[in-house]
Amino acid sequence: MWGWTLREITRAFQEGRISPTELCQRCLSLIRKTAFLNAYITVTEELAMQQATAAEQRLQRGKCFGPLDGVPIAVKDNFSTAGIETTCASNMLKGYIPPFNATVVQRLLDQGAVLMGKTNLDEFAMGSGSIDGIFGPVRNPWGYSEQYRERFAHDQKLEDSNWVIAGGSSGGSAVAVASQTCFASLGSDTGGSTRNPAAHCGIVGFKSSYGLLSRHGLIPLVNSMDVPGIMTRCVDDISTVLGTLAGHDPKDSTTIQDPFEPFELPDEIDVRNLNVGIPKIFLFKGHRSEIESSTEALYAATRHEGFNDAVRGRILAGNYFLLKQNYDNFFVKAQKVRRLIANDFLKVFGSGIDVLLTPTTLSDAFTYHEFIKEDNRTRSAQEDIFTQSVNLAGLPAVTVPTALSERGLPLSIQFIGRAFCDKQLLTIAKWFEQQMNFPHINIQGLLNHYNELHKPHNSVGAI
Amino acid sequence: MALPLLGLCAWCRGALVSRTANRLTVVRGSARCPTAAAAAAARDGRSKSKWMGVVGLEVHAQLCSNSKLFSGSRVQFSAPPNALVSFLDASLPGTLPVLNKHCVEAAVMTGLALNCTINKKSMFDRKHYFYADLPVGYQITQQRCPIAINGNLAYSLYVGRNRNHMIPKLVRIQQIQLEQDSGRSLHDDARSQTLIDLNRAGIGLMEIVMKPDMCCGDEAAAAVRELQLILQTLGTCHGNMAEGQLRVDANVSVHQHGRPYGVRAEVKNINSPRFLARAIDYEIQRQIDILENGGKILNETRAFDYKTGQTISLRDKEGKQDYRFMPEPNLPPLAIFDNETLSSNVNPQQVVNIDHIRELLPELPDAKRKRLVEKYGILAEHSFTLVNEDGLVQFFETVLEQTEANPKKVIGWILNDFLALLKQNNLSVNQSPITPPALAELLTLLEKGFISSSAAKQVFVELWEGEGKSAVQIVEQKELGLIQDHRKLEQICQRVIEDHPSEVSEIQQGNWKVLNKLIGQVQRATHGRAAPTVVKFILEKKLS
Repeated sequence: MWGWTLREITRAFQEGRISPTELCQRCLSLIRKTAFLNAYITVTEELAMQQATAAEQRLQRGKCFGPLDGVPIAVKDNFSTAGIETTCASNMLKGYIPPFNATVVQRLLDQGAVLMGKTNLDEFAMGSGSIDGIFGPVRNPWGYSEQYRERFAHDQKLEDSNWVIAGGSSGGSAVAVASQTCFASLGSDTGGSTRNPAAHCGIVGFKSSYGLLSRHGLIPLVNSMDVPGIMTRCVDDISTVLGTLAGHDPKDSTTIQDPFEPFELPDEIDVRNLNVGIPKIFLFKGHRSEIESSTEALYAATRHEGFNDAVRGRILAGNYFLLKQNYDNFFVKAQKVRRLIANDFLKVFGSGIDVLLTPTTLSDAFTYHEFIKEDNRTRSAQEDIFTQSVNLAGLPAVTVPTALSERGLPLSIQFIGRAFCDKQLLTIAKWFEQQMNFPHINIQGLLNHYNELHKPHNSVGAI
Repeated sequence: MALPLLGLCAWCRGALVSRTANRLTVVRGSARCPTAAAAAAARDGRSKSKWMGVVGLEVHAQLCSNSKLFSGSRVQFSAPPNALVSFLDASLPGTLPVLNKHCVEAAVMTGLALNCTINKKSMFDRKHYFYADLPVGYQITQQRCPIAINGNLAYSLYVGRNRNHMIPKLVRIQQIQLEQDSGRSLHDDARSQTLIDLNRAGIGLMEIVMKPDMCCGDEAAAAVRELQLILQTLGTCHGNMAEGQLRVDANVSVHQHGRPYGVRAEVKNINSPRFLARAIDYEIQRQIDILENGGKILNETRAFDYKTGQTISLRDKEGKQDYRFMPEPNLPPLAIFDNETLSSNVNPQQVVNIDHIRELLPELPDAKRKRLVEKYGILAEHSFTLVNEDGLVQFFETVLEQTEANPKKVIGWILNDFLALLKQNNLSVNQSPITPPALAELLTLLEKGFISSSAAKQVFVELWEGEGKSAVQIVEQKELGLIQDHRKLEQICQRVIEDHPSEVSEIQQGNWKVLNKLIGQVQRATHGRAAPTVVKFILEKKLS
């Protein structure tokens, strides 16, 4: 049951094997047990049960809204939710209760989805580790998995202090899905914030073409790059959720006007004539090697040549670059570089390449201790190397879990598609997923392991 | 330099010809052009140079629309504080601006009326600054590429002792841009707090920038009045300065003929065209005084104090503010079409078509004035006054429809009698107690010779007092009608002749001027009910 896809849940509901309220209770119970992962900022227990009850009534009357009716979901805490605190993991918005729902949230609720809660993130989505929010860091469930314990932990002391980061900034949403407390979650993606944690947590993370999904109600980071991200356990589920979310929103002038046709992905996929491009610039030896390698310097140099820092500026930097004396040299130049990058992609896709393939991240997930050896800005610059350019160009991209690393942690592959060819992209991703045999995480084993670490005789302090 | 033709305003030219006072005197209702003062000073030998004022205007016109520029909140004057605030106006995080089509149409229409080129592609920008009544921290405006550019505004300047000599003027419009209005701060000094009302936040404004083609307060005031009329005619802005619907800031500098422009100061806080003229003229003189004493003009913002008539420095900012302009990422470029560029598969409801809006343009004030002059043969300055007063043209034309009196006579009644009473009682045309049919009836009586003009004036006043009686009724009741019985008149004339033998003999000796005295006596005897021409005729006949 724990690994169900959306299709399987719908079937289970209809066959009476489980009811929406039962499923909701189980997920809520699991949320409580996995609280140490700190994936949720707010758990909306009462609301979820109300929604599940309503879904159940619809089910009994045979009036389901669709494939999401009664399905537990989670939403990153930078999406406005009416009547539910929305903090962006920041003191600035602590206690802020929006009076309206973000459009994508509203569309999910209109489909009968059951909201489990608001998930944890880097403050204002600025970060790639989900460790810099005021509610504390998010932990990667794979850090407590058997696979990780076997391959990595036996070298180390049996301590909880070596927990693994979830990636970011939508770490909470990724963990919520990976730890099976919900079946789909919303993240946001500005430079990789959905794909990065999805990759580290071994789930599918999708960033649509810019303009396909409404940003109304999404508290912005970079207005021209932000996209609501979708995270699920399989590619089919991405297309199901996308079908309920995509389409023009009059409240968001940057959404395209063309009507959107929801689609289902075929089960039989033929990739024989597919041209896959692998960007040379991302090809360097050892990018999957151990963290202490000297390739860090190489990455830094590569990024320095490839990207202008101003593009991803934080607020102070942003203001600095907007000063009249700096505007032409930095802001305008950055826009020009952005245009060049976007044109590069256009050229590639115009030359017969159907899809681009890259790793999603530089390596598997760091332990917290390793990750904090560099500051937020440096880590963001490093971790976004494969994902950032996609946001600059407004293209769709998806990360698919591929295999486990030497340390027993997830590694993923990213596919980048042509603008508004999201369906084709997801089809290729699904084919790839079918070829991989990515292992499941054993939730019970995870819980057992955590409890072991925290037995009274084991004098370890949690971080 | 493009200015020479426009540089010397009428006052200046007038002043050079005749002598004027040395110092600037602020005359009730208008200010003498200070360049005249400077010219006089030059003749005094105080300075060998001639100063010229250079005035440009930045006008913010609040758009008449049902909802705000980027949000759906209602636009309404005088609503309870913070009753008209949407999520976007309150800057709740995650809200996005959505452009109001009607505001775009209003800006295009205004641009066309001001002979501008409408930019088929214009863009929106953020202008960042911190102030409590701007919760989002930036104003959305059009700095890079506004919706309309390169227009002009033709206006008339009335000069001369009776202000009846009309000089046509032109001021170039640099651009019109759409932008958001801010909220309002109300400073409560008693409790050391500032209260914020966001009702106004987000209302659409057109910023209309006028190039520095004006040289003094009178020109600026006349230009603004004409702009008000145009906007009111278009219906795009109510144009009431006192209510803040039209805000005018003046950029003022002085320079000497042939020399480069001087440093300019900005003058704000002006809420009527009259005060605009005063503020500008004061500022020009202030700058002249400083420069003639060897000082320098600061590029600063000054506020006009209408109580003292002076401008006061608002120098509380260190250096100039950097607004950190950047393109507004949530609004794609605004595309406007015309018949040529509009493709057939586009829903016309979704786009703004310049040609369509041009067809909707009403008769503009200038065209209306010319038409009135042509159609009715009235003087240009009469037409000017007519068009200047809201509703007066319609009143005038309605009266004309219902009487056969000559328009040239009617206009006199409208402008001298009717308008005067309106002004005295501080009423607008549509508040008038006299209706067009009532006045038409009176004028018909006069035209047909049933009453004298002095009687007509009496009746007019009665009509104004408004007891519901018609002109005919009043004439009857007050026995104001001219005596129609010729024989009766002859009898009265005869009696007057018999009662004034000495005057009669003088007349018979050739002194016909004395006849007026006899006519006067007849008028007395008839209580003014004798038509003077008829009386004169009868008397002349009897005495010759």
